[in-house]
Amino acid sequence: MQVPAYVEYEKATSLTHALSLLAKFGPEARVLAGGHSLIPMMKLRLAQPETLIDINGLTELSYLDSTGTELRIGAMTRHAELLGSRLAGQHFPILHDAERVIADPVVRLWGTVGGSLCQADPSEDLSAAFAALEATMVIAGIEGKRTVPAREFHIGPYETVVGPGEILTEIKIALMPGGGSAYEKVGRRAGDWPVAAAGAAVWLEGNLIRTAGIGLTAVGAPQFAAREAEESLIGAPATQEAFARAGRLAAEHCRPVFDQRGPVEYKRHLASELTVRALRRAVERARG
Amino acid sequence: MRITLTVNGTEYSRIIEPRLLLIHLIRDELRLTGSHWGCDTSNCGACVLWLDETPVKSCTVLAAMADGRRVMTVEGLAAGTRLDPVQEGFARCHGLQCGFCTPGMMLTARWLLDHHPDPSEADIREALSGQVCRCTGYENIVRAVRWAADYEAAQDQADHS
Ligand SMILES: Cc1cc2nc3c(=O)[nH]c(=O)nc-3n(C[C@H](O)[C@H](O)[C@H](O)COP(=O)(O)OP(=O)(O)OC[C@H]3O[C@@H](n4cnc5c(N)ncnc54)[C@H](O)[C@@H]3O)c2cc1C
Ligand code: FES
Ligand code: FES
Repeated sequence: MQVPAYVEYEKATSLTHALSLLAKFGPEARVLAGGHSLIPMMKLRLAQPETLIDINGLTELSYLDSTGTELRIGAMTRHAELLGSRLAGQHFPILHDAERVIADPVVRLWGTVGGSLCQADPSEDLSAAFAALEATMVIAGIEGKRTVPAREFHIGPYETVVGPGEILTEIKIALMPGGGSAYEKVGRRAGDWPVAAAGAAVWLEGNLIRTAGIGLTAVGAPQFAAREAEESLIGAPATQEAFARAGRLAAEHCRPVFDQRGPVEYKRHLASELTVRALRRAVERARG
Repeated sequence: MRITLTVNGTEYSRIIEPRLLLIHLIRDELRLTGSHWGCDTSNCGACVLWLDETPVKSCTVLAAMADGRRVMTVEGLAAGTRLDPVQEGFARCHGLQCGFCTPGMMLTARWLLDHHPDPSEADIREALSGQVCRCTGYENIVRAVRWAADYEAAQDQADHS
């Protein structure tokens, strides 16, 4: 039987309240969102917070809307809500592609988008999707809010720039016309973490690629992004050759490790192939 | 800490340790042993119950998180002595053998039909994909859920004619 170690518990009623509780209980306090990553870590003693600050009551962090120039996703949005959002799917189908294959429907009803990003598991799917979209993270502290680009959000495995007294409140994505996006994942079975996955977001000008974002997960890509592959695409015609070159570069510059999900060479192969497939589908979608 | 929650319409108040998992509160403290406890790692779905409006894997939720909320377990599915159509479907279609996965399967199935009254076989399989059954091979579970969908559609039609 696995149970967490002794811990104190506080229920936050607002963002301000949650921040003041974090300040009060200090660095050994941890935010509790869905708990679907944190509770398993606590069962295994991989995390041993002294106090949990439950933010499930913060309805103010549960929203998904558009300002006209940006899509805004509140950190407490559940996976299932992101998957169910027409608005998100319309602008960024990559988010629906990814959500459809994250965990299983019951886990998706309770796990949150913010929790997923803050967990910073090196195999997290949304980290790659938001890296591809070059999203912006909004982080609140007792002094106010700051923003951090998605690609500066992760410091390393299970580590982000969110400080002990801070809370991720929102993810923003700029709305730009002419774009298309897609996500491709290979897992061992339904509901499992990826062996590897790639996301692509492209913006076209005629047949040329104006900008491209490529996110990779589970293969040790720095900041979940494939920069060399992206650079090779800018200004290039949107052709199979360009996609193949980007795939090769993505595979070359990532650092997968051997584990129970597969050997290094297989994961590199997937990084390349899934980049190609994601690009192909993203471009199809950009063309409408 | 003291928590108060409503389970299947009955209010309970208990003093608990914050680390207590919801499944243990339900089974060990409230003695509602219909919800099962299997893998302990949010993979098998034996512990699925409803927290407010949605199914959750209660081995990975703290009892403290249910404070002030409503819980529905398999014991709350029937209306008095009348089985929920999902339960009826499982009985008629032989949707269970040992019964270990059954409460979780039925609670997720109920949620599916509430949101998606006419699911395809693929929809049903997808909805239950986070839950494991070691006995039935799933075939009869899918049939059971489909039976409930058909039954409810027929009821609806009868009500409207
Ligand atoms: C069976 C299973 C399968 C899964 N499969 C996948 C998969 O295929 N792909 C995938 O990407 N993920 C997968 N996951 C992970 C899942 O996406 C996460 O568990 C979940 O989304 C985490 O969200 P949470 O709200 O439960 O976070 P929690 O567990 O509550 O929190 C996780 C961490 O983030 C911190 N935190 C949470 N919210 C905030 C915030 N707003 N600000 C600051 N810190 C915060 C917490 O303190 C904690 O350290 C799986 C999980 C399970 C249980
Ligand atoms: S016991 Fe909760 S999912 Fe298996
Ligand atoms: S009926 Fe035995 S596990 Fe499903």
